[in-house]
Amino acid sequence: MTGILGNFGRYFLLMRRVFSRAEKKKIYRPLITDEMIKIGVQSVGIVALLSFFMGAVVTLQTAVNIESGWIPKWTVGYTTRQTMIYEFSSTIVALVLAGKVGSNIASEIGTMRISEQIDALDIMGVNSASYLILPKLIASTIMFPFLVLLAMSVGICSGAIIGTMTKAVSLNDFIYGIQYDFDSYGIVYSLIKTVFFAFILSTIPAYHGYYASGGALEVGKSSTKGVVYSMVAVMVGNYLLTQILLL
Amino acid sequence: MIQVKNISKAFKEAQVLSDISIDFEPGKINFIIGRSGQGKSVLLKCMVGLLEPNAGSILYDGVDFLNMDEDQHKAIRQEVGMLFQGAALFDSMTVEENVMFPLTMYSTLSFEEKLVRVNECLDRVNLVGKNKLYPAELSGGMKKRTGIARAIIMNPKFLFVDEPNSGLDPETSIVIDNLIRNITYDLGSTTIVVSHDMNSVMEIGDNINFISGGKVEWQGNKHDLLKSENTALNNFVFASEFMQEIKENLKR
Ligand SMILES: Nc1ncnc2c1ncn2[C@@H]1O[C@H](COP(=O)(O)OP(=O)(O)OP(=O)(O)O)[C@@H](O)[C@H]1O
Ligand SMILES: [Mg+2]
Repeated sequence: MTGILGNFGRYFLLMRRVFSRAEKKKIYRPLITDEMIKIGVQSVGIVALLSFFMGAVVTLQTAVNIESGWIPKWTVGYTTRQTMIYEFSSTIVALVLAGKVGSNIASEIGTMRISEQIDALDIMGVNSASYLILPKLIASTIMFPFLVLLAMSVGICSGAIIGTMTKAVSLNDFIYGIQYDFDSYGIVYSLIKTVFFAFILSTIPAYHGYYASGGALEVGKSSTKGVVYSMVAVMVGNYLLTQILLL
Repeated sequence: MIQVKNISKAFKEAQVLSDISIDFEPGKINFIIGRSGQGKSVLLKCMVGLLEPNAGSILYDGVDFLNMDEDQHKAIRQEVGMLFQGAALFDSMTVEENVMFPLTMYSTLSFEEKLVRVNECLDRVNLVGKNKLYPAELSGGMKKRTGIARAIIMNPKFLFVDEPNSGLDPETSIVIDNLIRNITYDLGSTTIVVSHDMNSVMEIGDNINFISGGKVEWQGNKHDLLKSENTALNNFVFASEFMQEIKENLKR
């Protein structure tokens, strides 16, 4: 009964409930602030750490691959900038957050489901779908772009630091490279993708948690499903958006 | 007044309720009793709309609950209080926030006014001063009592209570029983209690509905209950040999 189509249908019906008959604005404000801290602020460390190493690796690999001599050294800075801005920041950040934020959302909502807390909300006449999911969705949509901008800056800076420290590229070449032919549309493109990823990463795990049933074991399973399916959706969406926005 | 008419409920193959009809009177404590796994909780969940019955209808003061629109549902729900069998407290909130939650959602009172009301309710369930504890820090009985406080904070017109006394000591049990009685008589609410605690039934039960095999096997008040010749009911109420002896003595 709940094959792929069934799941799609249920997911869209749930989304409709999230956006219809929301509760009073006053009720959402503290919830959104809470979620912004949980989803955004508490992910700053991991995002900064991972993008530092990502930027370093991209810089070193590019440097190694253009040893040939007739490609200018500033290409290293240029490539680091392009990869970080166009692809690595938004996509890798999305995948990292799928693991951290997605599993958190699915298990939190799943636990509420199996311990009848969602039933208790429904009994009180609260739109449980909207009350539980909308704050996470809004908080993700606000915070993810900042995390992606952070990843871009950290990645490029670490490229400069590691690149010059290992003498793979000179600082002047690197800086020339990251300024060469700069087009701010790259950032816009990345942020558009990010907003889409934020939607996926908050709603797909929430869906799996919301329809969990059984016990603690099932909550664990729903959390895994939430992470895996949101990662797949991120990668497919990434491809589609790239085709739409860049071609 | 809540009327349940010809409710049936099955999960896949398993028929849990078949053709249940009960009138629950306002201002009275209506008990649903029966052995474990006979569908008492399922019946309660059908009545509040958490489960959809396969057949039958449910009337709240004469209005068909199953065919209401969203606005009517929302209005009714603000008059419903429910204690879940597992209390169903919100893990992320303190006792105070849990009990205050319905007020936060629906009332226009100031925070101080809400707090006064919360403390009144906590007082009624013997939980004064436990405001700042989280559910994980409560004992099973304290969770139940917090759940009751949350259920009564809106002065519900319809009060559903699933096993208020399981996990409570006899003394606290009586406190809770009295609380349910006072609320019911003060507010004139339609109170429905699911229980297999015969002490409570005898203490505060006005109308008693015995469910067995998915059907209403017996209905009556507590005086009828003692005299009843219904075998299933007698096996349930006078389960131990000691109780059977008492029954024999009653007859004589
Ligand atoms: N969501 C569900 N899905 C499938 N079967 C269910 C579901 N909920 C309850 N049941 C079944 O319905 C029957 C009645 O369950 P219910 O919880 O109503 O029992 P109960 O009378 O409340 O028992 P207890 O006194 O132990 O709480 C049980 O056999 C149970 O397995
Ligand atoms: Mg039960």
